[in-house]
Amino acid sequence: MWKWLHPYAKTERTYHLCQKLLPWFSLLGLAVILFASFWGLAFAPADYQQSDAYRIIYVHVPSAVLSKSLYITMAVSAFIGLVWQVKTSFMAMMALAPIGAMVTFVSLITGAAWGKPMWGTWWEWDARLTSQLILLFLFLGVISLYKAFEDKQQAGKAAGVMAVVGIINLPIIHYSVEWWNTLHQGATILKLGKPSMPAEMLWPLLLSILGWVIVCGAIFLLRMQNEILQREIRRPWVVALANKSSTLNEGK
Amino acid sequence: MAFEDLNSFFDMGGYGLYVWLSFGASALSLLILWLDSFFSKRTLLTQVLKEQARQTRIKAAAEKNNNGETT
Repeated sequence: MWKWLHPYAKTERTYHLCQKLLPWFSLLGLAVILFASFWGLAFAPADYQQSDAYRIIYVHVPSAVLSKSLYITMAVSAFIGLVWQVKTSFMAMMALAPIGAMVTFVSLITGAAWGKPMWGTWWEWDARLTSQLILLFLFLGVISLYKAFEDKQQAGKAAGVMAVVGIINLPIIHYSVEWWNTLHQGATILKLGKPSMPAEMLWPLLLSILGWVIVCGAIFLLRMQNEILQREIRRPWVVALANKSSTLNEGK
Repeated sequence: MAFEDLNSFFDMGGYGLYVWLSFGASALSLLILWLDSFFSKRTLLTQVLKEQARQTRIKAAAEKNNNGETT
């Protein structure tokens, strides 16, 4: 695996790989997310208990699932950067952090909008909600810690340590609904046995999760390119690339 | 279709505000982050060109200075 991964430690290769994947991720992600949202909003049956309010699940669950998986991905790339001194993995970490912060924010907002009609409150200092808020602060902390250092190698290390340490919050989020008495309901999909949801509700949910993953993937590719450009601003290949793209734009 | 007409679709069984707030906030957040990423890439590419122009200016000035001293 290392041999296969090695060329992508070179930023130029990575940049071009991102460029190649970007249109596919963007178009496919947009198509899947729109299709799944429309399915969930208009065609999935209403819930017997929550009627149409439950449709918030089609944005709440994808964003919440992604917030945790993006954190794990970010922490893993931070770990790789710290241990093997791979420069690109710190760039991946910094490309992922804003996306993670955004989906965590969305999960909190949609959770509030769901909590108001169902629990009668926008916000409660409850275990699940609070640990999710801490996750948002962890993402923001990684971003601001990285920005606080002038030397980006140093910045990557500091922010990387924070990302790795912060992983302690993930099991807390996941098991908060079991460990404490909380307003938040237990797991619906990820649990032993069958998911407690009929297929005509579950399918659009799984599809919207997929859609969110691909869209965030597209944003990641763009942000990864930005990180590379930022760090390698004086490299000859970057200069050649910028010249090429500016002549392309003039031609349009 | 789970709804009879467009009005009941927007109403969402009385939960319209919450459902549309959630979907609106999600769409807006995704869009803002995507736009930010897209425009930063453009800005960075123009910045590369500016940096290149600056370097050539510095080089030209240095050469001019050198020539001035030697002749």
